[in-house]
Amino acid sequence: MHPGIIFFLVILGSILFHIFTPWYWTDIASNWGGMDDTITLTFWVGGGVFVAVCLFMVYCVFKFSYKEDRKAEYKPEDKRLEKILTWATTLGVIALLAPGLIIWNQYVTVPKNALEIDVMAWQWGWQYRLPGKDGKLGTTQVININDENPFGINLDDPYGKDDVMIQSDAINLKNNRPVKILLRSVDVLHNWYVPQFRAKMDAVPGVVTFYWFEPNKTGEYEVLCAEYCGVGHYAMRGTVLVQDEQEYETWLGEQETFLDLIAKQQNLVIGDTKLAKNNNLNKE
Amino acid sequence: MSDEYDNNKTYQAQSSETMGGSAPTSPDMDYVRPAEIPDQELYHGHSFITKWVFCQDAKVIGVQYFLTAVFTGIVGLILSWLMRLQLGFPGAAGFMTAEHYYQFVTMHGMIMVVYFLTALFLGGFGNYLIPLMVGARDMVFPYVNMISFWMFFIAVAVLMASFFVPGGPTGAGWTLYPPQTILPGTPGAGMGILLMLVSLSLFVIGFTMGGLNYLITILQARTRGMTLMRMPLTVWGIFTATVLAMLAFPALLVSAIMMTLDKILGTSFFMPTILQAGEVLEYGGGSPILFQHLFWFFGHPEVYIVALPAFGIVSDLISVHSRKNIFGYRMMVWAIVGIGALEFLEY
Repeated sequence: MHPGIIFFLVILGSILFHIFTPWYWTDIASNWGGMDDTITLTFWVGGGVFVAVCLFMVYCVFKFSYKEDRKAEYKPEDKRLEKILTWATTLGVIALLAPGLIIWNQYVTVPKNALEIDVMAWQWGWQYRLPGKDGKLGTTQVININDENPFGINLDDPYGKDDVMIQSDAINLKNNRPVKILLRSVDVLHNWYVPQFRAKMDAVPGVVTFYWFEPNKTGEYEVLCAEYCGVGHYAMRGTVLVQDEQEYETWLGEQETFLDLIAKQQNLVIGDTKLAKNNNLNKE
Repeated sequence: MSDEYDNNKTYQAQSSETMGGSAPTSPDMDYVRPAEIPDQELYHGHSFITKWVFCQDAKVIGVQYFLTAVFTGIVGLILSWLMRLQLGFPGAAGFMTAEHYYQFVTMHGMIMVVYFLTALFLGGFGNYLIPLMVGARDMVFPYVNMISFWMFFIAVAVLMASFFVPGGPTGAGWTLYPPQTILPGTPGAGMGILLMLVSLSLFVIGFTMGGLNYLITILQARTRGMTLMRMPLTVWGIFTATVLAMLAFPALLVSAIMMTLDKILGTSFFMPTILQAGEVLEYGGGSPILFQHLFWFFGHPEVYIVALPAFGIVSDLISVHSRKNIFGYRMMVWAIVGIGALEFLEY
């Protein structure tokens, strides 16, 4: 078979595979349709260049294959052609880069009404904290973390007392309400990623990183850790349940606040040893 | 170096005589005068050891680099088979535990990127081709060149040794992100990671010796008439890649040293206050992001350190086998240099 035909079949096969592949992204369930559009544009630019270059090769293989009586033309440079190629490449690169910058700007501009959620990651699991009635999360420190204070909330921070604590890897979100995910890690790098929301960010120990999204489809989704974090990385999963307002409020009402937790522990402990410990932390 | 310089002077004296005293005052680019450079004393290994083992001949060093790189490449290849085996038939092989899988991924990545490709293209092709293609007698520092290879060889030996230490090689991912890399939750967080860091440091030191050689040979030891704009694109690719490598690898070296200190002496360059199994560790105040900056200051250029020599080789191969000169040679040179410059913006 002529090599040009084989080459052409490779091009055709690549395109057909792209169209009919069973491995494509999951259905989107958030506001980040722009991310998908950007990737689609990347496919178009990259795919277009791939097909154009390969077809040109096929053409050359047919047109300029070896003939005994033909001599190669000497043409070391062509200013015009080189200029066209340079500008076309520049345009292609701009098309690849510019939409990303626009999306990134939206990504770090969090809407005012976004609900803040503290996502705390450790080896290997998740837990979540929602602001209480005051609408604000209390400040935290890794050094405060212990059995009585699983989130390491600063005890002298008045905003922290009514925080809703979800000590489980499952969290519920309200449909069509933007959320600001505040990521922190107590040990190594992690990444709270729900493929359907099309958004992720590393959780870095020592800093709080953030991103936002607005879920717009009710249902249950799987959380994956998207930054390699040690031997249990593959099993570091969780679930997100996106609910309508009423169901969400019911669920929220059933959750425990930090005050509840403190009270429960005081009842459990005979004597005031643990409270004294808390008070000590308070003074520091 | 000084020998060659002297040779040039004698040669100029000779040529002005033969041309009847009307020697051009400025070197003529188009007319290359017939060179009559007297023979030079070049390195000649006579025993087996000096000829094949501790050899200062760039061609032999090139082959040594090539073979060592291919050997590590085969190890990396086998690791990738094992990974594919696990993906295709999960649990079919009993030894493919999660720990081993992560270790193989890590070692495969590091071997292929650093110990195979970089060593193959720059160490192997670089040493073999540069003197031949620019018309130099040998590398300008043959002895340093020999040491460069043996540093690389020791680096590979240390890397391979990490397969046989307690806990096995590091399984931290080829990016080696702290704090995970040196904490017990990662396979090979004991000896494995230390050997990896030592091996990387040795590699960078060895490569710096080789890299200086490539740069200075290309800039200083070209034959008469071999102007920069006449060099084969392969040499341009290797040259630009070496410039990138000389700027990028030091970042890897310092991050390896800093992480070694974090691991052994308990410094906190990359370690913030963290909790391990409910206990607060003694680290505090460091930044994992700092490591990522240093690592990717090396990692992004590394892509083109590997790619640019290949670009050059492909250009030359296609032009030779299609019996055409390279179209737009000057633009190609500037494109290669431009890729090198843009590369550092990518970081």
